[in-house]
Amino acid sequence: MATTDTTTRRRATWVPYLPYLIPGALAFLLVIGYPLVMNVYYSLFKWKGGLAPMRWYGLGNYADLLADEAFWTSFRNSISMVVAMVVVPTVIGLVLAAVLFDYLGRRFGARVASVLRATYYLPQILPVAVAGVVWNWILNAQDGAVNVILTNLGVTDPPDWLGNPQLAMPSVMLVLIWVQIGYPVVIFMAALQRVDPELYEAAELDGANWWARLRAITLPQIKPETFVVTLTCTVAALKVFAPVYVLTRGGPEGTTLVPSYYSFLNFFDKSKVGYGAAVATVLTIVIIIVATVILQFQARAERREREGR
Amino acid sequence: MSTTTATTPVVVKGTAVPGNKVDARLHRGVGRWFVLAAAGLFALAMLAPFVIMAMNAFKSSADYSQNGPLSLPTAFYTDGLVNFWNRTQFPLKLLNSIMISGLVAVFGTFLSLITAYAIGIGRVKGRVWIIAVFLIANMLPQEAIIYPLFTMANAVGLSNSQWSVIIIFTVIQSAFGIYLLSSVLSTFPVELLEAAALDGAGRFRILWSVVYPILRPTLGVLMVFFFIWTWNEFFIPLVMLTSNATQTVPIALASLQGDRMMDAPTTNAGALVSLLPALLFFLIFQRTLTRGVTAGAVK
Repeated sequence: MATTDTTTRRRATWVPYLPYLIPGALAFLLVIGYPLVMNVYYSLFKWKGGLAPMRWYGLGNYADLLADEAFWTSFRNSISMVVAMVVVPTVIGLVLAAVLFDYLGRRFGARVASVLRATYYLPQILPVAVAGVVWNWILNAQDGAVNVILTNLGVTDPPDWLGNPQLAMPSVMLVLIWVQIGYPVVIFMAALQRVDPELYEAAELDGANWWARLRAITLPQIKPETFVVTLTCTVAALKVFAPVYVLTRGGPEGTTLVPSYYSFLNFFDKSKVGYGAAVATVLTIVIIIVATVILQFQARAERREREGR
Repeated sequence: MSTTTATTPVVVKGTAVPGNKVDARLHRGVGRWFVLAAAGLFALAMLAPFVIMAMNAFKSSADYSQNGPLSLPTAFYTDGLVNFWNRTQFPLKLLNSIMISGLVAVFGTFLSLITAYAIGIGRVKGRVWIIAVFLIANMLPQEAIIYPLFTMANAVGLSNSQWSVIIIFTVIQSAFGIYLLSSVLSTFPVELLEAAALDGAGRFRILWSVVYPILRPTLGVLMVFFFIWTWNEFFIPLVMLTSNATQTVPIALASLQGDRMMDAPTTNAGALVSLLPALLFFLIFQRTLTRGVTAGAVK
């Protein structure tokens, strides 16, 4: 990079800062590094937890996972979670943000746009466990609000939204979409403020309609934010726990089981600590791979853009 | 970030939408009213659960079983609220939540600041890798560390203690803080640092009298984030806090689920008071949020 002279000078400048790094480094080793390693270690044993003896099992837990139908179901359900927490909110959020910013904001004033935005964002503020408890009651088969409305409309046998194996997953997905939607709306609206309004004006003068402007200006301009939303929401979707815990506990018949809940179940319910640790380890690896792929994708898109110019 | 919707509470109001003066040319046509109606309907649908919750929080049990969830309460009953308040020992839960979230906000911000000082201003060797490690730590599922943490807490006598949760979240939240502050500090004006050094200020003095004052708005935002994220956390408190005396508000509400004594008004009143603190906190600190971070979402 530079001559040896400057490198030695540099080394002298950064070394005295090391003490500031020590508390953070120790805290991370203690709270994240060591437990992570121990978790992998546990996954190599058959262990009921606590003071029970640990029996060496090698990679047996992982081999058992491959033959475990519930394990595969839980990861298949992760795909539904990605649809509900990433795909649908991002697409709807994009359209809403563009409508609020580029259409309603200009026709009815910024105030209308920001009130609507705040409303969409509201579910994001409340603790997700609270949201789940409320929705659990709203979707209740007997006296839930949804089924009371349906009964009033003359439906004689309204469905059991969270208790029916066919309906439980779509119901959970609906709740998650409701929770999640405000996040992309807010991020995308903030992103749109970066975009030069003259671009839109020029496009309008050229006769481009709203849809054409969305595709030619909005989407390319807010690509960085789209990546951030995709990455953070995908990771969150793979980790999702609380909504499943308060809505369905993974049921009925395991149709809403997700990996994090499955490992929790093995840890604290079935006392199969080694097995739960194996599930958690696989989930960790999957998350790191998915995140790396998204980041790679982003890096490549950025490179292509630079070269294109 | 947090478990489920690991999403950044971002600025909601306050920033006007610039470049959006209402344009006289656009002030005609019927189409715009349809679009407004559609956006408004969507907003109503988003609000509906809150409205239904509020409608049923103040009903009597009898009123609810007679008129169902969709009617307005015939009279203003606080039985559900009182019931929830007493059964969960709500003041205690509130205190636990405030203590845990507040201390995590303070400790987490402090840890983020000093670590980011070494990375962003000290330009410690290998900092790219250090930041990458923090980023990965941020993405880890909490299940992958929970059982060892549980065992460790038992071993040092912190089982069922708020302090175990405080320590864990201080570290987890600061993973994000370090990432954010490092990138902010790496663009810190060098002249300021050099001037302070010429005046004979040591590294510690520079941190407290030069870096800290300038960074204060960002640190404020970080504290608000940490507070809300920790307040909303579910998984780790659920596992670590096993007794009534130590639990937080969301756990208290969730653990009453399925209880026979919990009728619908009690559930709704409970949900309502459980979301109020986070909402209040958010409204109070909204201005801090608008001032501080646009750096949060995208570098």
